Amino acid sequence: MSKPEKLIADGVRLDGRKPDELRPIKIKVGVLNRADGSCYFEFGGNKVIAAVYGPREVHPRHMQKSTSAVVRYRYNMASFSVEERKRPGPDRRSIEVSKVSREALEPVIFQEYFPRSAIDIFVEILQADAGTRTAGINAASIALADAGIPMKSLVSSCAVGKIDDTLVLDLNKDEDNYGQADMPIAMTPEGNITLLQMDGHLSRDEFREALEMAKKGCTAIYEMQKSALMEKYSSQIEGDNNE
Amino acid sequence: MSNEVISELRKDYIYNLMIKGEREDGRAFNQYREITIDTNVIDKAEGSARVKLGDTHVVVGVKIQPGTPFPDTPDQGVIITNLELIPLASPVFEAGPPREDAIELARVTDRGVRESGALDLSKLCITPGEKVWMVFIDVHVLDDGGNIMDASALGAIAALMTAKLPASRFGLGDDSVVPLRDVPVSVTAVEIGGSIMLDPSMDEESIAGTKLTVTSNQAGELSAMQKSGVHPLTTEQINYIVDIAIEKAKEIREKFLVI
Repeated sequence: MSKPEKLIADGVRLDGRKPDELRPIKIKVGVLNRADGSCYFEFGGNKVIAAVYGPREVHPRHMQKSTSAVVRYRYNMASFSVEERKRPGPDRRSIEVSKVSREALEPVIFQEYFPRSAIDIFVEILQADAGTRTAGINAASIALADAGIPMKSLVSSCAVGKIDDTLVLDLNKDEDNYGQADMPIAMTPEGNITLLQMDGHLSRDEFREALEMAKKGCTAIYEMQKSALMEKYSSQIEGDNNE
Repeated sequence: MSNEVISELRKDYIYNLMIKGEREDGRAFNQYREITIDTNVIDKAEGSARVKLGDTHVVVGVKIQPGTPFPDTPDQGVIITNLELIPLASPVFEAGPPREDAIELARVTDRGVRESGALDLSKLCITPGEKVWMVFIDVHVLDDGGNIMDASALGAIAALMTAKLPASRFGLGDDSVVPLRDVPVSVTAVEIGGSIMLDPSMDEESIAGTKLTVTSNQAGELSAMQKSGVHPLTTEQINYIVDIAIEKAKEIREKFLVI
């Protein structure tokens, strides 16, 4: 697709959303058998799956920490997840995304409960449509909870961007490609920001407004994450009672 | 953050100073260490700069040569930024392919140049779809005294400001200056026990919970940002850092990066 003339007209975006509207989200908890925790997360056109293993033994051994667990995060894009086939394996972008995503989740994990062990988070991007790192963090946060890892809270993530001089929540692919700024954010429900990246062009006032917009988006996602977990685990408890 | 080992005693010392509003080298919280920039230090490079930021020492070389454009941007030049944390610069750096810290530093340096629109990529096109100028920005860290990020961003833009397109060497006409239209400056702040300080020294960087790098352009607007490190930040802290970073960037730009 070449650059559309207008990305937003009369307050309506190309995909029909309002400026502060998220794309549809679908969450499934516990979708994998072998993993200790897992989550499938759809965020508009993004389809991602996260698995958590651990706490488990650390390999290689020299990576282990004597006073806390190590958290490892592998963000990986499937070769078929994008228009032009992506060469499999980690590239510089995915190494950076893995680093900041890990740092977005680490503050909520009680790492000191599990010295000398590893908590491994694997995020596989099956289909990409702008915002894969935020979808991955949302999925990983639920997968961690599903694995029973002690956490201070969940982490929720979404992006804010600027298209045609208008701030909008949760960019889709065209808005990301042809927009003026993109700012992924992750935060805890208490409002602590654990991931912040920005590229493009924002004035100081626009940045302030964008941050507030991202907060609202994250709060909405948090509610969905919570109810997805409740749905899985409250039905299990009810099931137990009926036996 | 860095894997530098720092004694508990030293950590306490820096913390206690911080509570009194002081830093180990006597700087104010929003004060940079001394900056020295020398340009054209490598004759073989099309542009180069040596930056000293306190004890941190980096050399940035810009090599420019013709190459094939990316298929999706057939009429635009290409920027490729690379940064290596070589073992010469610190006892904790190891040889081998760049790891995540080096990759992050390189990519944030790259985003500062790219997203501010400093380089006019359309003017780096020679023949659309066939030949464009490829601009390689290579950052060599020689001594890690903390805040490699800002030193490398400063070096990158300073090197670009002196760079020439080597057209005559490739039979493409006369040499000309690199088409620059903005001067982005990165300012990095760290959070230590709730306080915010700019331009962390090596010790400050190793005990900091988190770093926030803010790159702003000549108009005082934001071009790129990156939070690095595990400690969360509050909205108030982020807004505060953005404000002082824009101010500080202006100061540095006016003092060292006059076109």
